[in-house]
Amino acid sequence: MLSLILIIIAASFFTGIIIRVKSLASGRKGPGVFQPLKDVSRLFKKGVVYSETTSFVFQIAPTIYFSSVVMAMLVVPFGQSKGIISFNGDFIFFAYVLALGKFFSIISAMDTGSSFEGMGASREALYSMFAEPAFFILMGSLALLTGHTSFQEMFAALHIGSYISYALAILGAFVLMMVAMVENSRMPIDDPKTHLELTMVHEVMILDNSGFDLGLILTAGYLKFALYGALVVNLFIGVFPYQYSIPMFFVIQLVLASGVGLIESFMARFRMSHNAQFIFVLTSVSLLIFFGVLLILGKFA
Amino acid sequence: MNLITVFLAIAVITILLIPFLQAKGKGVVLLTAIVLNAFLSGYLAIESLSEELSAFAFSGSLVTGPVNIRIDALAGWFILIINFVFITGGFYGLFYMKTYRNQTNNLSLHSIAFVLLHTALVSLCVIQNSIVFLVAWEIMAFSAFLLVIFEHEKMATLRAGWNYLIQSHVSIVFLMIGFIWVAFKTGSYDFIAITAYTSANQGAPGLLLFLCFFVAFAIKAGFVPFHTWLPYAHPAAPAHVSGIMSGVIIKIGIFGILRMITLIKVDFYTIGLIILIFSVISGLYGVMLAIVQHNLKKLLAYHSIENIGIIGMGIGIGCIGIGNGNAWLASLGFAGALFHTLNHALFKSLLFFTAGNVYQATHTLHIEHLGGLIKKMPQTALLFLIAAIAICGIPPFNGFISEFIIYNGFYHWMKDGLVGPLMTIIFSVLALVLIGGLAMLCFTKAFGIVFLGNPRQKFHHEVKEVPAMQLLPLYLIAFLIISIGVIPQIFLNALALPVNLLAGFSVNAGLPFQDQITGILQPLNWGIWIFILIILATFVIRKFAMQNRKVVVNTTWGCGYVQPTVKIQYTASSFVRAYSKLFRPILMTSKTEKEVEGIFPTGGMYETHIYDRIEKYFIDNPIAAYKAFLGRFLFLQNGRLQFYILYGIIFIVSIICIPYFYDQIVLFFEFIKQI
Repeated sequence: MLSLILIIIAASFFTGIIIRVKSLASGRKGPGVFQPLKDVSRLFKKGVVYSETTSFVFQIAPTIYFSSVVMAMLVVPFGQSKGIISFNGDFIFFAYVLALGKFFSIISAMDTGSSFEGMGASREALYSMFAEPAFFILMGSLALLTGHTSFQEMFAALHIGSYISYALAILGAFVLMMVAMVENSRMPIDDPKTHLELTMVHEVMILDNSGFDLGLILTAGYLKFALYGALVVNLFIGVFPYQYSIPMFFVIQLVLASGVGLIESFMARFRMSHNAQFIFVLTSVSLLIFFGVLLILGKFA
Repeated sequence: MNLITVFLAIAVITILLIPFLQAKGKGVVLLTAIVLNAFLSGYLAIESLSEELSAFAFSGSLVTGPVNIRIDALAGWFILIINFVFITGGFYGLFYMKTYRNQTNNLSLHSIAFVLLHTALVSLCVIQNSIVFLVAWEIMAFSAFLLVIFEHEKMATLRAGWNYLIQSHVSIVFLMIGFIWVAFKTGSYDFIAITAYTSANQGAPGLLLFLCFFVAFAIKAGFVPFHTWLPYAHPAAPAHVSGIMSGVIIKIGIFGILRMITLIKVDFYTIGLIILIFSVISGLYGVMLAIVQHNLKKLLAYHSIENIGIIGMGIGIGCIGIGNGNAWLASLGFAGALFHTLNHALFKSLLFFTAGNVYQATHTLHIEHLGGLIKKMPQTALLFLIAAIAICGIPPFNGFISEFIIYNGFYHWMKDGLVGPLMTIIFSVLALVLIGGLAMLCFTKAFGIVFLGNPRQKFHHEVKEVPAMQLLPLYLIAFLIISIGVIPQIFLNALALPVNLLAGFSVNAGLPFQDQITGILQPLNWGIWIFILIILATFVIRKFAMQNRKVVVNTTWGCGYVQPTVKIQYTASSFVRAYSKLFRPILMTSKTEKEVEGIFPTGGMYETHIYDRIEKYFIDNPIAAYKAFLGRFLFLQNGRLQFYILYGIIFIVSIICIPYFYDQIVLFFEFIKQI
């Protein structure tokens, strides 16, 4: 329950901070931190335009996409406090529920019959396919390290003790954050502020969405960012009491958001054709974590 | 008269009756017979799933020895799957075959083969005598062949049929070797002899025997590299037969492997590892090739290979569990495998049936020629969508449940703790995740290109939805897919006995499986229900919020371009282009293209053909070498009568002379020895 509230709060400012940081970095004043929320609430009040090519798939997809993100939020714990549901193997459920949302967002893009949206859909499908193994191996390593298979038990049992485990936690945070970048289509995989449809991934998939549906998709995007941020936070706060862990949560989310903003200000997007390889590299990083866990547990001896 | 006799009698009477009926009558009689037999065998099967083992003994003949029929829980589970797919498939087939009503003789043969196939498949599950088993196996293989070549006026169909027939017989050769081996050592054809022989001879003989059977059944099941018949046979067959082939015929291979696990006593740890390796390769290879296929049914056929891989992973974990003496691990593995067998039978037959609808409406299965069918055939599209999500293993449908159990198996095995197993686990999990991701890429492509967007080609006939009655069995399957996804417990309870049988508990030793699996799935179930509630709630909110909003319908945003044609839509090939570039070393794509050039460009073209690399190296090249070798003897068959008479004379002379010379040679050697 606690995690749900915290994620929603974090989601409300996360994207705003990214935009603010980018503005400051480029020497502008920039909009307020809550501007994204205002944008979304404006969208919720608007009418919609549907393409004549589309079918019911296009109309139900945003709803399902949004619901899948909300469902995934319910599974994520906060340190000692469980998510709303928590069970053995809930991280599998987490990944597959998000996959349902992705499935629908991909086919809804193809529903419009637009070549641009097909392009985005194709990229999204390929990238998310490559990103998932990294997540599963990371979770597998944590399961091996802690002997548990649910998010909450795993994170609660994480004790950062030796140097190797520091390295592992940092690598784990890196993998999770990069997975988040892939899932949210941000730099260095995708540039949400690009002006050419040919070079977009996520943005081009929702070209034809409007009004309430677009609002749902954007909200889901904000939530998704905070969601992955919460997972990263969970890697570090395992045993701390709430009076430390809750401030830590916000500090880490802030650091992550401004990090994303800075990266987007000073880095160029990767070449589209090299993205897949890059994402697959994440899998090898998570394999590295796995070997690290084997080392800690002394399996090689 | 017992139930078995009635069962066989119904089949025989139907087969005798069919040639004398009108086309419509054939269908009705066929379906009635299947339903009757399904209820008969289903009754015994359900009994066997609730602790009552029915066994029948026939005296048999001099050759076979006594024939035992035993319906245990494993057989029961498979019989129920077979029956369900046959009833829905038969019902669907009634309507699908309407176009072919005037081919009366062809239909007779088809219907007879259909009944034979059902009888043979059900019998295979229960027969406990190797000779009778082989006979039933042959009937099954041959009747399936007849079903596949229904459109035998097409050369491609015939070739696919032959390919299947030959490979089935390779499988039979391996089966025969296995059975003869056991019979030779023990003198009995009963299946119990296999257990007796292998428990007496632990080690290499048992392992070799198992591998012999494994290869035989793997050919039927379609494990890579024995899969090459499958992508030809499935697309060639009529849709209801493809559904049945993929739903149950290849599953009989899985059944065979599981049956041998209950019979053969060997080092199951090694066996488990072998099966796991084959399965991981099958799963990945199947889906990798599926993505680049242009023919919808061929795409689905490659997905069958992938799913056989997933089932195989479950079996592998199960065997390793037995080998380690870890009963719970074994239960998880076998439960996942058996459950996925059911699930795959459901969603794959649904996919093939909907593909049949598409074929009926458009007369093509070429993905690039289709598009926008969701407007013309909304119900077919919806059913295909449900099955597609289920096959990707995404909640809230059934595929997710079985994959979840298999994942649980892997993560449970992790507690084992040695480096070797751990590496196996992590790479198997990696494979399973990749399979899921690739399947999603594949089915978003299939659904997106075939059903969404605008039609890519104008058809000269009207494209319309198939009749409601034809959709009825499809809805039934979809209903099961959803209910397994939402309330899996009911179905898992039925699994308790088969799993106990495989994992090696006695029936009365308590049922740890039932409680524990419920313990694992109950919270997941809550999750799925909450998920569905959230989706519904969001829908309601959306509906409420959109009430007084203005809804405008306009063209798709074309970035300022206002005269779009259907040709600018993304195609299936372009959708997977990035993928096929990445996986080029594994795929074998030949491409011919003519680029668009000049100021006034004339037509360019681009064509790709996908071929199976394993087929090339494992089947084509050896056959080519074999043919080259035999070609050296071609001079013997020169068509001149004189030479043939000469061969005859040489043959007769050698028949007479060889014994004589043999005696002489023996004499000579004895003479030398005496010296």
